[in-house]
Amino acid sequence: MIVQVLIVLLKLVIAIAFIMASALVLIYMLRKVMGHMQSRVGPNRVGPFGILQTVADASKLLFKEDIVPAKVDSWSWRIAPSVVLMASMASFSFIPFAKNLTMVNSNISLFFIFAMSSLTSVGVIMAGWSSNNKYSLIGGLRSAAQVLSYEVPLVLSTIGVVMMTGSLNLVDIVEKQKHLFNIFPQFLGFLIFMTAALAELNHTPFDISEAESELVSGFNTEYSAMRFAMFFLAEFFNVFVIAALGAVVFLGGWNPVFIPIPGFIWLIIKSYVLIFVIMWIRSTFPRFRADQLLNIGWKLLLPASLINIFGTGIVMLITRGGIS
Amino acid sequence: MPFDLTKDIDTEVMEINFGPHHPSTHGVFRFVAKLDGEVVVDIEPYIGYLHSGIEKIAETRRYLQFLPLVNRLDYTASLTYELCLCLALEKMMEIEVPERAQYIRIMLTELQRIATHLIFFGTTGLEAGAYTPFLYAFREREVILRLIEMTCGSRMTTNYFRVGGCKWDLPGGFEDLCRKFIKKFPKRLDEYDWLLSGNEIFRDRTIGVGRLDADLAINLGVSGPTLRGSGVRFDIRKAEPYSGYDRFDFDVPYGLNGDVYDRFMVRVKEMRQSLRIIEQALDGMPGGDHIAKVPKVLKPPPGELYYRNEGTRGEIGFYIVSDGSTMPYRLKIRGPSFSNLMSLRHMMVGHSIPDIVLIFGSIDICVGEVDR
Repeated sequence: MIVQVLIVLLKLVIAIAFIMASALVLIYMLRKVMGHMQSRVGPNRVGPFGILQTVADASKLLFKEDIVPAKVDSWSWRIAPSVVLMASMASFSFIPFAKNLTMVNSNISLFFIFAMSSLTSVGVIMAGWSSNNKYSLIGGLRSAAQVLSYEVPLVLSTIGVVMMTGSLNLVDIVEKQKHLFNIFPQFLGFLIFMTAALAELNHTPFDISEAESELVSGFNTEYSAMRFAMFFLAEFFNVFVIAALGAVVFLGGWNPVFIPIPGFIWLIIKSYVLIFVIMWIRSTFPRFRADQLLNIGWKLLLPASLINIFGTGIVMLITRGGIS
Repeated sequence: MPFDLTKDIDTEVMEINFGPHHPSTHGVFRFVAKLDGEVVVDIEPYIGYLHSGIEKIAETRRYLQFLPLVNRLDYTASLTYELCLCLALEKMMEIEVPERAQYIRIMLTELQRIATHLIFFGTTGLEAGAYTPFLYAFREREVILRLIEMTCGSRMTTNYFRVGGCKWDLPGGFEDLCRKFIKKFPKRLDEYDWLLSGNEIFRDRTIGVGRLDADLAINLGVSGPTLRGSGVRFDIRKAEPYSGYDRFDFDVPYGLNGDVYDRFMVRVKEMRQSLRIIEQALDGMPGGDHIAKVPKVLKPPPGELYYRNEGTRGEIGFYIVSDGSTMPYRLKIRGPSFSNLMSLRHMMVGHSIPDIVLIFGSIDICVGEVDR
């Protein structure tokens, strides 16, 4: 019994250490990638090549005063960052890094990740509403509308893969891609997934709930110190989780591409390629307007993902004589 | 497109403050928007946060002492104000400006125009949510500011033009650097067209947003690129050529729909026209003096004069009443941003928050000259 508890605890510590480290790496990477794309150099003062910049920033946030504005709805205001962070950490635990290297191996892991990542927006809405700030309120409401309209195509875009695999288990999905990665038969699904994922992550061009030029900082305007850091970290966890999920579902997870190195390294490489694409988009595109965003979600992505499911079904009927 | 506000549910109107400290209001400008959901029902601008009483100060300063203060009106396009004041005084005192000085003035003012439009280009990108164009625009602007610093000794508050000419001649090496810039800049502009003005999302965001009809624009006293975006081909450089603008060959870009996109494109195209003017000025730069013989103490004869020229944001005007002494009896400044602000409500009502931020950016105000 004690051994089992210890194993779970050890797993937790390793996982948290890993995601903390990857969040720090991602923040550094974002700054460097965007810096070079914007003809500047990015951080280069703290440590060699500025590697320690994010560490310095994080410790600064830790030591700052925790300011609670006078008229916030105290309970939900305090709990909102934790909800966001908890949701993104929970979805992380279902990502399979290698065949025997997952925190939780469940039959519904894909489903669970989607469920958890939509919990994030509950936290965002809580933060926006309880801040008692008009900018935050609008940010929170926008986030609600955005999640409603993009969760649907995000989930439906992976249904094609699930049909081909016949399982919601991510380990099974990866095992099935030994010979052919899903991105080739499911390219449309992959495109829809990436687009909807950008909206899910509140990333450019769908970052309307933060929209710094309109809403100052959106839902997290009133937050400071560690509570702000929790939002910030959760954002980067989510980036990693979504990219890893994309790599697992569409890019063959830990299956190697030609070079045989340990599987989990392949998964991380693939995830970082997707993350790079996300950052590239972030430094290129302007932002959509809220109503345009809803139009794209409902009128373009949703029909496209339904067509994808329909097409997948027909092809499977013809080639296999039935859904596996 | 403006939103339809037909009611099917009961909603309350929410008032929200934009500014005086808000990322989208350039400088300390404030407007209160009444929102129904996200749609603007009414807006009310509040000005005066940057009031400096500069017109009153003018009455207690000699003309030459007042010249540096003019820089502080539109701190991003200080040379245009200097030029207008100098031209006004020259006209009052009937001073003939040497041709070389005229060419230098035009060249620097057009460089300044490009720099100011680059800020506009960058901040419009910023307001649409694209951060990268902003930094690219500032990279180009830096080259121009270096050129201006080389000539005037200062980057923004230049204080270079004098009544009768310029303070000193162009420095050595200016021409080479300027030609290098002229050669490189059009390619960069093409690149930026790809990045922002040709971007599908940006076009979706701006086309048809914040329309301002030509009639309304004229009645409100709107001027400059904002007016030309509405389809009125009025440019004081063409209509009443001053400082020898009639010797240069350039076009006046104008829009057709009067929306944010047109106002944006007018400015982007104006940058190319300014480049043409600079190139012609460099090619035809005459020799001679850089400043005319002017008395040490300026005493314009009694009388009054309104002089205007085309600033980067619209019509800059100086109304000077002289009583024959060394100081103006009264000096009234017309800042184009102030008049352009009047069109704000007409353009914004019926649009949502992301649009009003873009509309506000598209008239390109500088708070220094609004509040004066």
